[in-house]
Amino acid sequence: MARMNMVQALNSAMDVMLERDPRVVILGEDVGFFGGVFRVTDGLQRKYGEHRVLDTPIAEGGIIAAAIGMGVNGLKPVAEIQFADYIYPGFDQVVSELARLRYRSAGEFFAPVTIRTPCGGGIRGGQTHSQSPESIFTHVCGIKVVMPSNPYDAKGLLISSIEDEDPVVFFEPKRIYNGPFDGDPHKPAVPWSAHPRGEVPDGHYRVPIGRAELVREGKDVSVLTYGTMVHVAEAAVRLAGVDAEIIDVRTMAPLDVDTLCTSVCKTGRCVVVHEATRFSGYGAELVATVQEQCFWNLEAPVLRVTGWDTPYPHAFEWEYFPGPARIAAALKQVMEAA
Amino acid sequence: MTPRSRLHVPAPPARPGQEPDFSYVQISPAGAVNRPDVTASVRDIENLALEMVRVLDDEHRAVGPWDPHLEASELQVALRHMLLTRLFDDRMQKIQRQGRISFYIKSTGEEAVAVAQGMALQPGDMLFPSYRQQGLHVVRGRNLVELMCQCLSNTHDMCKGRQMPIMYHWGSGNIFTISGNLATQFPQAVGWAMAAAIKGEDRIAATWIGEGSSAEADFHYAMTFAAVYQAPVILNLVNNQWAISTFQGFAGGEHKTFAQRGPGYGMPGIRVDGNDFLAVYAVTQWAAQRARQSGGPTLIEHVTYRAAAHSTSDDPARYRPKEEWRAWPLGDPITRLKQHLIALGEWSEERHGRLEKELEAHVTACWKEAESYGTLSSGPTLDPLTMFEDVFKEMPSNLVRQREELRALRSATAAERQQPAPPVAKKG
Repeated sequence: MARMNMVQALNSAMDVMLERDPRVVILGEDVGFFGGVFRVTDGLQRKYGEHRVLDTPIAEGGIIAAAIGMGVNGLKPVAEIQFADYIYPGFDQVVSELARLRYRSAGEFFAPVTIRTPCGGGIRGGQTHSQSPESIFTHVCGIKVVMPSNPYDAKGLLISSIEDEDPVVFFEPKRIYNGPFDGDPHKPAVPWSAHPRGEVPDGHYRVPIGRAELVREGKDVSVLTYGTMVHVAEAAVRLAGVDAEIIDVRTMAPLDVDTLCTSVCKTGRCVVVHEATRFSGYGAELVATVQEQCFWNLEAPVLRVTGWDTPYPHAFEWEYFPGPARIAAALKQVMEAA
Repeated sequence: MTPRSRLHVPAPPARPGQEPDFSYVQISPAGAVNRPDVTASVRDIENLALEMVRVLDDEHRAVGPWDPHLEASELQVALRHMLLTRLFDDRMQKIQRQGRISFYIKSTGEEAVAVAQGMALQPGDMLFPSYRQQGLHVVRGRNLVELMCQCLSNTHDMCKGRQMPIMYHWGSGNIFTISGNLATQFPQAVGWAMAAAIKGEDRIAATWIGEGSSAEADFHYAMTFAAVYQAPVILNLVNNQWAISTFQGFAGGEHKTFAQRGPGYGMPGIRVDGNDFLAVYAVTQWAAQRARQSGGPTLIEHVTYRAAAHSTSDDPARYRPKEEWRAWPLGDPITRLKQHLIALGEWSEERHGRLEKELEAHVTACWKEAESYGTLSSGPTLDPLTMFEDVFKEMPSNLVRQREELRALRSATAAERQQPAPPVAKKG
């Protein structure tokens, strides 16, 4: 076992897969010689050559389209979109093409493409470097959507994504690349080396797509969340002083309904937390699923704590970010109900 | 008066009721354009993007350096493929008009593009067509019954009822699935070609786009990526003058040729008479040879004319002169190849008539067989529960649940239909 931060764990996942499978290629802006603006592909081109790790023109639509063509021709491309905020020029290629090749050709053509992209705020990225557009992709049938919350899951899920025969959009919450973040920007940064999920095997292993994880057991209320917000929720639970059960959704599509709803049926209360905006956000899907499956066990209305329905403002990111205080208030509110 | 800017709105040379005017189409004499070596550097051959490669002259002879010197037997095969494509199109159009399929797109007047290119490429080369290259399937020997079954969405439909008519695919024939979203296949073909180069194969890719959809960003992505990585791909821009109702000026064709975009990106651009089978064949062969020996991509602009409506949902009489196609200066590709073969002493009107009858009968027989596998209106169709398949390789639990929900709904409805009607209650 090695100690890795999320950047190193993701790098290790690609290293392992480049080594094991000659079909794997990496492509994206600045991913080759330079190793990526977040260093996630650092050293890979040096190790595997410029035919396996390719720098690309600045054209997200071109990157995704080229990855599709490569996938159709038997490769397993891992495309990096430098920021999730930049993915929209490639949106048509994801939605109309990547997600539906298998369907429209009745299984004759498909492209096993993984699209990696950093998401989320808290790095002073303003409205063009902070977005969490996961629900835009979970609404598209034919792609899987993943967001890890720690180095161990990041590596295991990325390996599963690359091995998957279907396309995966893999969101990397960049605020926790270097350490878990509990939502207080004024505290000194904590490294992953002090966290149990910073222990990462060097070799090949998988974390399955489609399985949520119980992060903290509790009996009062279930918190359904993912990405950076898993750590913020842990801080909020301590702040609120409730015995909450925290579920890390990990893969938004396909969704592990059983793990989520078993927890909510047990606790009878539920708070859904994500950093993305609220209206038509992924939380709406979670709340709808919970009420369908757990309605007769619920003791209180299910609440959502999310980013506000505004773009992510540069100067006011901590007022925007759904921090521990807002989550704790929601936890108290559901506990007081009924 | 102070100078001020003025918005330029391109206007076609003729609208309904006006005389067709194709004086804007610059045409080189047959045989006039030089044929450079396939290793020539882009900057030395920019003239190819401005002139027009033509082989067949007005006396129906093959002239000049681009003559591919094909055997008469090959030309007869080409004529057969083009004629079959046209007769197939005509039949499917009629069938659509009878309401037996929902939609159709003809390639009338443009048959030489797909047929000549399909013949000039190798069977292992991967083709990423747009929706007007059905000739590629014909060249590669596809059974027309399969294409018809796709248009019928019946029990033998390769797409399992998921796609509109004409959105074919053919895995074993190396023809990619057609998208209804225009231009997306252009950069995908480049990615496919990049992978071929990464793997060190000698297969190349070819893809087709209309001049209209070359305005999409996908065109730019494809050109950039192809040039940057010198991908082994032939990028074909079929300039058939009309994108539904907007003429080629709306795609940016007023000031420069589309082929000139090639050198702009750093690759050869070749402007070819798209209705001249021999010229299309020759430039394709040139570009394929260049791509196969690491010379990189070529953009080919096929100057042709969309003689039919855009689709069965379109009425071109509303936006262009009704008989405009008769004035098209580059003629009809089938007539031109036929006349060439006759001039060579290798064909006759009588043989042509016999071939036409034979192919008509073939299309009729294919249609009879296709219809026997079901029609969209009267069935049989595939089991609707197949709609849940192939969204993913393995069906996730939410789709399994939804499929069972539909299954239950359908059996309940079927059971209801079998029950006798309940007696009408009488007032006592």
